Amino acid sequence: MSVAVEPAHTRKDHQKQKPGYVRMKSTRRGVDNPRRSVLLTVLTGIVLIYSLIPLVWLFINSSKTQADLFTSFGLWFSGDFALFGNIGDTLTYDDGIFGRWFLNTVLYVVVGAGGATFLAVLGGYALAKFNFPGKKAVFAVVIGAVAVPGTALAVPTFLMFSEMGLTNTPWSVIIPSLISPFGLYLMWTFASEAIPTELLESARMDGAGEFRTFFQICLPLLGPGIVTVLLFTMVATWNNYFLPLIMLKDPAWYPLTLGLNAWNAQASTAGGEAIFNLVITGSLLTILPLIAAFLLLQRYWQSGLSAGAVKE
Amino acid sequence: MTTASPPPAALGTQPKPAKRAQKRTQKRSWSGWLFIGPFMAVFAVVFLAPIAYSIWLSFFRNQLVGGNGFVGLANYSQALQDSQFWSSLLRVTLFLAVQVPVMLLIALLVALALDSGRLYGKSFFRISIFLPYAVPAVVASLMWGFMYGTRFGLVGNINSALGINLPNPLSPDLILASIGNIVTWEFIGYNMLIFYSALRVIPKSLYEAAEIDGASQFRLVTAIKLPAIRGALVVAAIFSVIGSFQLFNEPAILQSLAPNSISTYFTPNLYAYSLSFSGQQYNYSATVAIIMGVITMVIAYAVQLRGMRKES
Amino acid sequence: MKSKISPAVLRGSALALAAALTLTACGGGGNDAGGAAPEEVSADDVQAALEEGGDLTIWAWEPTLEKVVEDFEAEHPNVNIDLVNAGTGNDQYTALQNAVAAGSGVPDVAQIEYFALPQFALAESVKDLTGYGAGDLADTFNPGPWSSVQAGEGIYGLPMDSGPMALYYNTEVFEKHGVEVPTTWDEYVEAARALHAADSSIYIANDTGDAGLTTSLIWQAGGQPYKVDGTDVTIDFSDEGSTKFAETWQQLLDEDLLSPITSWSDEWYQGLGNGTIATLATGAWMPGNFTSGVPAASGKWRAAPLPQWEEGGTASAENGGSSLTIPTASEKGALAYAFLDYANVGDGVQTRIDGGAFPATAAALESEEFLNAEFEYFGGQQANQIFAESARNVPEGWSYLPFQAYANSIFNDTAGQAYVSDTPLTEGLKSWQDASIKYGSEQGFTVSE
Repeated sequence: MSVAVEPAHTRKDHQKQKPGYVRMKSTRRGVDNPRRSVLLTVLTGIVLIYSLIPLVWLFINSSKTQADLFTSFGLWFSGDFALFGNIGDTLTYDDGIFGRWFLNTVLYVVVGAGGATFLAVLGGYALAKFNFPGKKAVFAVVIGAVAVPGTALAVPTFLMFSEMGLTNTPWSVIIPSLISPFGLYLMWTFASEAIPTELLESARMDGAGEFRTFFQICLPLLGPGIVTVLLFTMVATWNNYFLPLIMLKDPAWYPLTLGLNAWNAQASTAGGEAIFNLVITGSLLTILPLIAAFLLLQRYWQSGLSAGAVKE
Repeated sequence: MTTASPPPAALGTQPKPAKRAQKRTQKRSWSGWLFIGPFMAVFAVVFLAPIAYSIWLSFFRNQLVGGNGFVGLANYSQALQDSQFWSSLLRVTLFLAVQVPVMLLIALLVALALDSGRLYGKSFFRISIFLPYAVPAVVASLMWGFMYGTRFGLVGNINSALGINLPNPLSPDLILASIGNIVTWEFIGYNMLIFYSALRVIPKSLYEAAEIDGASQFRLVTAIKLPAIRGALVVAAIFSVIGSFQLFNEPAILQSLAPNSISTYFTPNLYAYSLSFSGQQYNYSATVAIIMGVITMVIAYAVQLRGMRKES
Repeated sequence: MKSKISPAVLRGSALALAAALTLTACGGGGNDAGGAAPEEVSADDVQAALEEGGDLTIWAWEPTLEKVVEDFEAEHPNVNIDLVNAGTGNDQYTALQNAVAAGSGVPDVAQIEYFALPQFALAESVKDLTGYGAGDLADTFNPGPWSSVQAGEGIYGLPMDSGPMALYYNTEVFEKHGVEVPTTWDEYVEAARALHAADSSIYIANDTGDAGLTTSLIWQAGGQPYKVDGTDVTIDFSDEGSTKFAETWQQLLDEDLLSPITSWSDEWYQGLGNGTIATLATGAWMPGNFTSGVPAASGKWRAAPLPQWEEGGTASAENGGSSLTIPTASEKGALAYAFLDYANVGDGVQTRIDGGAFPATAAALESEEFLNAEFEYFGGQQANQIFAESARNVPEGWSYLPFQAYANSIFNDTAGQAYVSDTPLTEGLKSWQDASIKYGSEQGFTVSE
């Protein structure tokens, strides 16, 4: 941040002379920017197209029947517009198990991501605002543990959970999702900036207990950070695939990702029915809620990230 | 909730006094554990215990014939001489060296373009490029797998529509690049958002001063913006390094489409998986996982050190 | 809210927990091995168990079992069955092995494919059914599947279905280009050339290297690359049968006559539907997949006997097929056996035939109704006659490795390279052999070439 010093100094001089100029410039990053660049927009547009084409493909192919899917150009509509038929089939196939998977996923997200956020908020707050024995070790251990490939830990975790009678229950999916190292990191950086230490001091001087201080004074200040962490843990839980694959045997407890993969694999069994159109439509239905959540919560999580990302 | 919190731009300017106050008043006490305790307790169950268990397992060998026995460090010496393991490590290193810089560079350029305020339809760009992050890796891999098909997939469609002959993205020569493409597609938006948020909290005063000095846009980027978001760059790099070394979902799902291009030891994680799940070599698999964990930690740590040193 | 815990305490307790787990896990997995005499369970015991009833957990992915379970429950109201699809093939075996290792959550009945059964038999993860009277069923089943459930002296499952091979071909493609349907593999290569020359988008078949197809065709050619005697294993892909296969397939590979599409992908279904994949050599269970996966080509496909390695020969082979087994850890052996008997010997067989499965019982293959059934998808062809003939002509003496599931998983690492590079197939098979030998030795088998 050493570069900051000199320009800050020059700014002062100029400000006196041409206040109007500076004022206009200070809004350069606002919505009413005067100099928009077509070239830059086109260049960024390439990345935009790259990002959207697969999603467009997904949408277009959700509108095709199994037969059309195999015989038509991938990036344009063909035959009957079967999207609603496909959605209906997806929701009713195999006694509507898709709905059950959806509810399972919601359960895992609410309890798992909610719990993960709660633990990360508490932990991040502790790292940011307390000096306690073992503090330095905590984050080193967390980062270190994250570096060990999860797939290889799956069997030991499975054997442990099996010993505790947790396999094939929702708990076997929920408990591991309760840990979000990235969430912990975000909350740590966010809390150290969002909560003025003076505020804590005065609360303590007033004799408020640690928990009361946290829940009544600090929690409200952490709002945007909490929403951000919640979003990341939601995505992680919603997209969770590998662990449920190991832990769950009963399709009645599958989350959506596992169910979709099972449908995809179904085409490769003797006597199995190929239902690629339902796999594709199911994929579309799987990502829609997340996209909706992103759009709705946009305002909050972006400000949460801002504070998180700046800390070094 | 959010109204109570300070606006993010203000956060970037405040930490200094807050930090000083923190140092002055913080006493070492155990009360921090009240808050970090729950996180660490769950963390111990889902990360530390399986890791400890894996280390324990790595000293044994269990055979289909002959049962279980203590073998000391034999698994480790085997792994160090295992050409399949080293080839998988080499492959992810190559992946890391190419894919991560490309992805982070594109993400950074998009973030800078967004932040420059010179784009038409900025928020549409922002949310659209972020959307792929909402797509589960399973769905993304299935989707790209469909599209990569040279006969009837999108690549095939393009070939027959334009009368050209694109190489097969699933051939052994190109498969790593094709996987890189999927991962890039999934994570450009995510990294872009981290960079963008960091850019947003750079104090406006820095720009105003620089512009008055007549600094070019390019100079603005190199002298002010990049140094200011170094922390975000380092964090994104570390998480990308870990992600590359743990590459699994994408190759695992594409494997069924391109079995000759993606071997069972394509990435270290896939190798550990197939040792454990096809070969029932839990002990050796645990050994490979631990070695990979150590290597990943060392490299992530090196990235962090390098990032921090430049900063000062 | 948790009270204060120091990290040292946490670390300590985690280690203690892990250590405790290791002990129990190893104890649970290891102590059953050692050749204990098979359980003796009489028919009366089984009958008594049926009357008493109870809960039964079944792991299977075979879709026709659903109806069988329904009927079984209706007939025996005291029995309550939980039919779980715990994954297909390897996914389920992994789950089963994990459950066995953990010593809990093991089902009472599990579906296991023939190629994978020796592995479970060797580890004694599934019960030897000799003591249940399974030995009396030798004449009930066709010899191919029956030999597949035996390992050493034991009988480790009851055959559920089988996959005698046939050649499915797209008659429209052959007629259009005036090519005869091949009856030998030499003719097959000729047909491949003729079709591809007539229209370069047409391939005789797709193949990207498939362990199951390779071993089945070597089996048909009379090869015996695997010889298994307890823990003594021989692996040798240089015998006559294997060589015949490799030489023929090498021609197809050299001339790029095989479509590089992986089976069961969406592209594969497309190819079967649009005439660019002209034939498919696989098991008799395929018609159901044709009907549901390739509806567009209904009426175009036919079944024919598998092409022969010797002119005028009749040899066939099995491809796929699975058994129902009773895991050793199940405490409801008698009741589980009652279900096996119902599903694979009793009324369940017909239910499954009606659902499109291909049976393993001798009687079913001889019934007029079965043989004369007309397949609408195959333009009214009585395809079962071809399948039944194939089932009777499977060469004896074939065996799979006691670690075939793993060997198959590394097929594409080794032999598969012949499909994407200049490596000759014989060399690919040799490296498959070497990798299998290496694994076998590591697992404590006595392996020789």
